[in-house]
Amino acid sequence: MTVSAAAIAKFQYIDCDPEKCVGCQLCEYACSYTKTGEYNTYRSRIRTVRAEEVLMTAIACRTCENAPCVTACTRDALTQDPVTGIIRVDAARCDGCAWCIEACDFGAISINPATKLAEICDQCEDEDEPQCIKWCPKDALVLTTPDRRAQRSRHKLLTEEVAG
Amino acid sequence: MYGYSGKILHIDLTERKTWVEEKPEEWYKLYIGGVSMATRLCWENIEPGCDALSPENPIALANGIFAGTPVPVGGKYGLASKSPLTGFIGDSLSGSWFTIALKRAGWDGLVIHGASEEWVNVFVDDKRVQFRDASALLGLGTFATEEAIREQLGDDQVRSATIGPAGENGVTIANVTNDGRQAGRTGHGAVWGSKKLKALSVRGTQGVTVADPETLMALSFEITEASQGPHTSKYRMLGTATNVLNMNKLGLLPTRNYQEGVFEDAELVSGEYLDEHHKVKVIACAQCPIACEQMSIVRDGEYKGSMTGIEYECLYANGPNLGINDMRAIIKLIETCDQGGQDAMSNGVTISWAMETFERGIFTKEDFKCAKYPEGFEPNFGNGEAAVTLAEMIRDREGIGELLSHGTRYASQQTDKERGTETYQWAMNIKGLENPGYDARALKTFSVGLAVGTRGGCHNRTAAYDPDIKGVTNRFTVDETRGKVAASTEEYAAVYDTLPLCKFIRRCFTGKADRAGAWPMIAKLINATTGWDFDYDDVDLIGVRAHTIKKAFNIREGWTRADDHLPYRWHHDPMTKGPSAGYVVTEEELEYLKDLYYEAKGWTKEGLIPKEKLIELGMADVAEEIGV
Repeated sequence: MTVSAAAIAKFQYIDCDPEKCVGCQLCEYACSYTKTGEYNTYRSRIRTVRAEEVLMTAIACRTCENAPCVTACTRDALTQDPVTGIIRVDAARCDGCAWCIEACDFGAISINPATKLAEICDQCEDEDEPQCIKWCPKDALVLTTPDRRAQRSRHKLLTEEVAG
Repeated sequence: MYGYSGKILHIDLTERKTWVEEKPEEWYKLYIGGVSMATRLCWENIEPGCDALSPENPIALANGIFAGTPVPVGGKYGLASKSPLTGFIGDSLSGSWFTIALKRAGWDGLVIHGASEEWVNVFVDDKRVQFRDASALLGLGTFATEEAIREQLGDDQVRSATIGPAGENGVTIANVTNDGRQAGRTGHGAVWGSKKLKALSVRGTQGVTVADPETLMALSFEITEASQGPHTSKYRMLGTATNVLNMNKLGLLPTRNYQEGVFEDAELVSGEYLDEHHKVKVIACAQCPIACEQMSIVRDGEYKGSMTGIEYECLYANGPNLGINDMRAIIKLIETCDQGGQDAMSNGVTISWAMETFERGIFTKEDFKCAKYPEGFEPNFGNGEAAVTLAEMIRDREGIGELLSHGTRYASQQTDKERGTETYQWAMNIKGLENPGYDARALKTFSVGLAVGTRGGCHNRTAAYDPDIKGVTNRFTVDETRGKVAASTEEYAAVYDTLPLCKFIRRCFTGKADRAGAWPMIAKLINATTGWDFDYDDVDLIGVRAHTIKKAFNIREGWTRADDHLPYRWHHDPMTKGPSAGYVVTEEELEYLKDLYYEAKGWTKEGLIPKEKLIELGMADVAEEIGV
């Protein structure tokens, strides 16, 4: 019997460590080039965000369980892969209405200005690895699961807070 | 054309109209971008001889050739106007999102003409231009202005270059700021203020098209990886502030208005100290994998909460140069400059002039009355609160701040005229621009590089401190090689300033920063971007032309050989402490070095450019106007 990934932990997603992120946006160039052949951060599926001068991170699809974007889509254009959690957009059904964008608490969906269709990170399924992770000069990006992310926090707590 | 749109946007603030100018590919091959293209646009659009603060002085802005691509550190632009501080070319560089947005909006450059009657925020929204009322932005600091515009437009992808209160108030040493970076030196903020241009905002949503995106991607990745290695560790770990202890050791750290080159408390104002006690985080410009901006905060005391990025040049000028050993006051001072929108280097060097003038008894407590201290205060060297107050008074042109707001040349001339004094003897500027953080008395190649600098006292444009400090040349003596060395480092630097690429990447191509180590890779990057066929020599000529157009601009504005000078102090007052004590650059030495330099450039003894030299460089129209 095979156990689905979802049964062990939640799906993998691309996570950014805000302490390491310097806000350079090279992840956005890597993404837009990989996905569209164009250098244009507006076409990136991972986006950097800066709230204050020293507070910044990058955000891509978090592959939520029971993803709200899928639920919100009025045309059933969005489906979630049951094994990887990746959200797929059916170009024939999507009409760019942006309900999915409103449903996403992470701001991880965008509308392609040329095709007017929703675009979502697919973790570079067709490449060897997510290209944003490959490019990140500060190793701020990792492919992780909530469980592994929690392990990292526990480890950090132990080494920094307890051991000093 | 690849890498360029071929279009320059002209904006007339007087008439509130815009037009598009298309430039041929050959023009781009000559001037490329950055400071070279910006200076060329200024050359083409200025009324020669005009007052720098008049509507006839344009603001010219040119993107980088690599802006908006993944080429590391290529997100920079050049900004040029006639400088109100020097009367010559004011060419500056700044980095980050603003220029990338402009490139994505489809413009290679901008020229802003005339002057507005009301305060205006020009918004370039892809192809559309709006003249927005800026009255609600008045009085806001530089960062706050950017945020307020994003708030007004409801879009955090709108990027703005702004002036702060200093520029609004007509402070001559004011800067233009975008994304927390400054187009510094030479007083651009005053030019913008004279046009009532509070901010230039851009939203650009289109992609940047290059000739060979796959090759450019691969080259960029290679450089990005190399940029995390030992070639940039200095910039990544401590930033440029690491220079404090190095310069102190060499006896070159300007201390108390360049009276000495050794600061007894250098440890307390070092990059290492900053790292241990004040650093919050290191951040990057857009498109930069290095990340060198050491964001630093004050954690206690009366300036608690002050935070800004600290660079060596701002640090020396407002620290050792003012005799201040309290990093908290230095951070507050630099933050005051950054948010007020005034040049932190000119700020420090102008305040140090005022402090020395006070300590010599020419200024008294009475001269320093202000709203905060109605009885006046005593700005001795080392007094951090006095320096902070003076920076605020400069920003607001309050009291003696009015005199100081125009820099050391004006302040000393005015004082000497009114009081019959000789304060010009410690006014540390060249052509009216305050000097950088390397004492030139014991850096003789550097001294001529600074003296001949087209924008005045600037280390970045000459770069001739490098051979002196590395021992390639003997820094204490002069010899017949120095003209060539100074011409060479200047043209080398001009290549980076024109592409522009941040110079911090210079060792990441092959490990060697010299021409042989960098030009072949830069040629590949240019070719993958544009589809051109540039080689080593073509890259080298980028710097020669960039420097030539700046010099030509100055000649047309009335430059003569006498303008290539050093401050009185560097000729007459040797330092008394440390390994650089006892040296000056004599006037004979400087004249000899200038002869050598002009000769190395292929210019006349008077420093003018022969017609055939200009024609050789493809600048026949320039030859027509100023060639001899």
